[in-house]
Amino acid sequence: MPILEGKELRIVGFLCNWCSYGGADTAGVGRFKQPTDLRVIKVPCSGRIDPLFIVKTLMAGADGVLVSGCHPRDCHYSEGNYYARRRLEMLKRFLPIMGIDPKRFDYTWVSASEGQRWQEVVTKFTEQIHELGAAPKIAGAEAEETLKLMEAAL
Amino acid sequence: MKIGVFVCHCGSNIEGTVDTAAVAAASREFPGVVFATDTMYACSEPGQDGIIEAIKEHKLDGVVVASCTPRMHEPTFRRTLERAGLNRYLFEMANIREHVSWIGKDREANTNKSADLVRMAAAKLLKNRPLFSKQFPVNKSVMVIGGGVAGIQAALDCANGGLKVVLVEKDTTIGGKMAKLDKTFPTVDCSSCVLGPLMVDVAQHPNIKLHAYSEIEEVNGYVGNFEVSIKKKASYVDWDSCTGCGLCVEKCPSRKATDFFNEKLATTKAINIPFPQAIPKKAKIDANFCMKLQKDKCGVCAKVCPSESIDFSQKDEIITESVGAIVAATGFDLFDWTVYGEYGGGKYPDVITSLQYERMLSASGPSEGHIKRPSDGKEPKNVVFIQCVGSRDKSVDRPYCSGFCCMYTAKQTILTKDHIPDSQSHVFYMDIRSPGKLYDEFTRRAMEEYGANYIRGRVSMIYPQGDKLVVRGADTLMGAQVEVDADLVVLAVGAEAAAGATDLAKKLRISYDNYGFYMEGHPKLKPVETNTAGVYLAGACQGPKDIPASVAQGGAAASKVLGLFSQDMLASDPQVSVVEIKRCIGCGKCIETCPFGAIKEIDFRGMKKADVIETICQGCGICTSTCPQGAVQLQHFTDNQILAEVNAICRF
Ligand code: SF4
Ligand code: SF4
Repeated sequence: MPILEGKELRIVGFLCNWCSYGGADTAGVGRFKQPTDLRVIKVPCSGRIDPLFIVKTLMAGADGVLVSGCHPRDCHYSEGNYYARRRLEMLKRFLPIMGIDPKRFDYTWVSASEGQRWQEVVTKFTEQIHELGAAPKIAGAEAEETLKLMEAAL
Repeated sequence: MKIGVFVCHCGSNIEGTVDTAAVAAASREFPGVVFATDTMYACSEPGQDGIIEAIKEHKLDGVVVASCTPRMHEPTFRRTLERAGLNRYLFEMANIREHVSWIGKDREANTNKSADLVRMAAAKLLKNRPLFSKQFPVNKSVMVIGGGVAGIQAALDCANGGLKVVLVEKDTTIGGKMAKLDKTFPTVDCSSCVLGPLMVDVAQHPNIKLHAYSEIEEVNGYVGNFEVSIKKKASYVDWDSCTGCGLCVEKCPSRKATDFFNEKLATTKAINIPFPQAIPKKAKIDANFCMKLQKDKCGVCAKVCPSESIDFSQKDEIITESVGAIVAATGFDLFDWTVYGEYGGGKYPDVITSLQYERMLSASGPSEGHIKRPSDGKEPKNVVFIQCVGSRDKSVDRPYCSGFCCMYTAKQTILTKDHIPDSQSHVFYMDIRSPGKLYDEFTRRAMEEYGANYIRGRVSMIYPQGDKLVVRGADTLMGAQVEVDADLVVLAVGAEAAAGATDLAKKLRISYDNYGFYMEGHPKLKPVETNTAGVYLAGACQGPKDIPASVAQGGAAASKVLGLFSQDMLASDPQVSVVEIKRCIGCGKCIETCPFGAIKEIDFRGMKKADVIETICQGCGICTSTCPQGAVQLQHFTDNQILAEVNAICRF
């Protein structure tokens, strides 16, 4: 089954297990309607998210990447989201260097009880990606080269 | 690997908006998948049996179930796999209910997305490895934090079950809010007659060690082996020798200390024992009011104390306790109603809180059970009660129902009539919520037998007129404005999370909701568990609860602890990090970033390397994204596993 042409884009969500994945569940339980483009990858903690995952995801052809973790100070592992914040802030500045529109990436905080907030975040981010349209393909030797540079930098 | 895929209908929950048969058909094309089917209820007995049969028949060595959230049934299906002889980690779940069928109605898009999620799960599963947990010994003792009725019940039940219990209470006595109550609903029996004996049991139980006037400083370790450091606050009295005779209290000349036990309705001595039935019955000096500690004068208590227990030089002390499980029973606080300007914001002495009223009603309270107006000591005839003060009110960020205020207000109107037969109670209410056993009958009695005048509507204003207060509000049933002359106004204040609850939550590594109440593992399936293994909840720290519910939950938490300790050894979670020694360059970055100190430096053939201490690692994976070499990998969430999912989504 290919993605639905014209209807959907590839959006990957990296969600921490404790807060944001729970928040997305809460949104589901609350039947809060959302666009279907986003697919969730569950990780234990936002601190598990290597900025390179995001770069690699975008290079693999994703049109957008959204990261969500527990609100600062609420991390299940006490400080994972602080690490995440530092790394993802860095990444934001590096994306343009790679020729990637930084609007294709965003990170946010959603707690397990914030189903409504998750709905808003997904809806807004999906709209933003649809405005940008499908991502231009990044491929070839040059991309490999930049990826190597990023790997060294991050 | 031979993967089997099971796509669950979940009745119409999923099947209603997802074509599960089509998802199963699509799954058959995915790499590694040799068998795929749709099933009515995967989690039911026939559903699980079907999975086991398919594993045997098709010689599957990995399973994907596409159904609800893994937070609900991942453990269920892992057990299914084990019953079929597979390792429990050769399993992945695709969440096509909460993340698909419940959030969109477009059947085509949902079917598509579901198939994608199955593809991701299968791609990850191809990289899964069997993981095996190790056994480690448990310390069969439990710490209960909070000595209110929920904590007392949990402590007694654990102690009676044969466990060593450490009970930590922040005040100088246990008893909590219940100890302050005069009577309890719906039986109107005396609170201290119910609670008192339990408190004595705590004091005398050989299995219970009580640290009163103590707070949790730090929590380390993990289920089965927690190390908790506790701050024993300075009471300036040596509690080992203090007999609680009260001679010091009698002779202390400083009588202006705040009486917290009596809800600040009265003052007390600088050295005091909160109430006669206190457990432990020990004196404590309130440093703010002690002339010796403030101005180096007086010292009378030290002179009169027959056991020479007074020690002005005492300091806070840190002690450590090792336990295997923790029950948080830290209770609640009352909403600070002075934010309500329309109720006088704390300006009028004759507007008091329900708990202050309770102290007034109590024979052991500051007025010996006589209802007196704080302003002039007169007996009130017209008492107005206002419900939902700091409950069900978005404007003060308390949208939730505090649950017990309707009931205690009804009780207080009944007690008012008992104390002052020619009095009249008026109750402004929003709704009456009385769903407990005999609760509705009770509120009706307040209205019908005791003649309490219930007015449905909010109060817009209270203002003084002569020596009375005028309470103005709406009667929404009559559709009219009403004004009631009151001699005394009692505010049914709601419950909020205890001060400091969030700080403790962080120390315990448990989650809390927007209002600071602790979150249970699952609202239906794990009501007293938390998401941190070995930490349980009891009572109002989880949300407003009345006495029966708190006691029930205290018992439930105790039963969970006893269940946990029914094994001598616990199995560790193998989803931890491991260092690939060849790749590790010994830079130590992971050691620095691990929030739990779970990684140590080791010497490997003369080289510096990192090594993960399995039992301490919590499996966050912060180290894995830190390591520049990719040498430390969180098992079950390795770089390769996550990127396999990414590639499965982005393959076009
Ligand atoms: S995964 Fe790594 S950082 Fe997290 S607790 Fe384990 S060793 Fe520490
Ligand atoms: S960060 Fe990686 S290379 Fe550095 S010590 Fe830890 S495991 Fe070894």
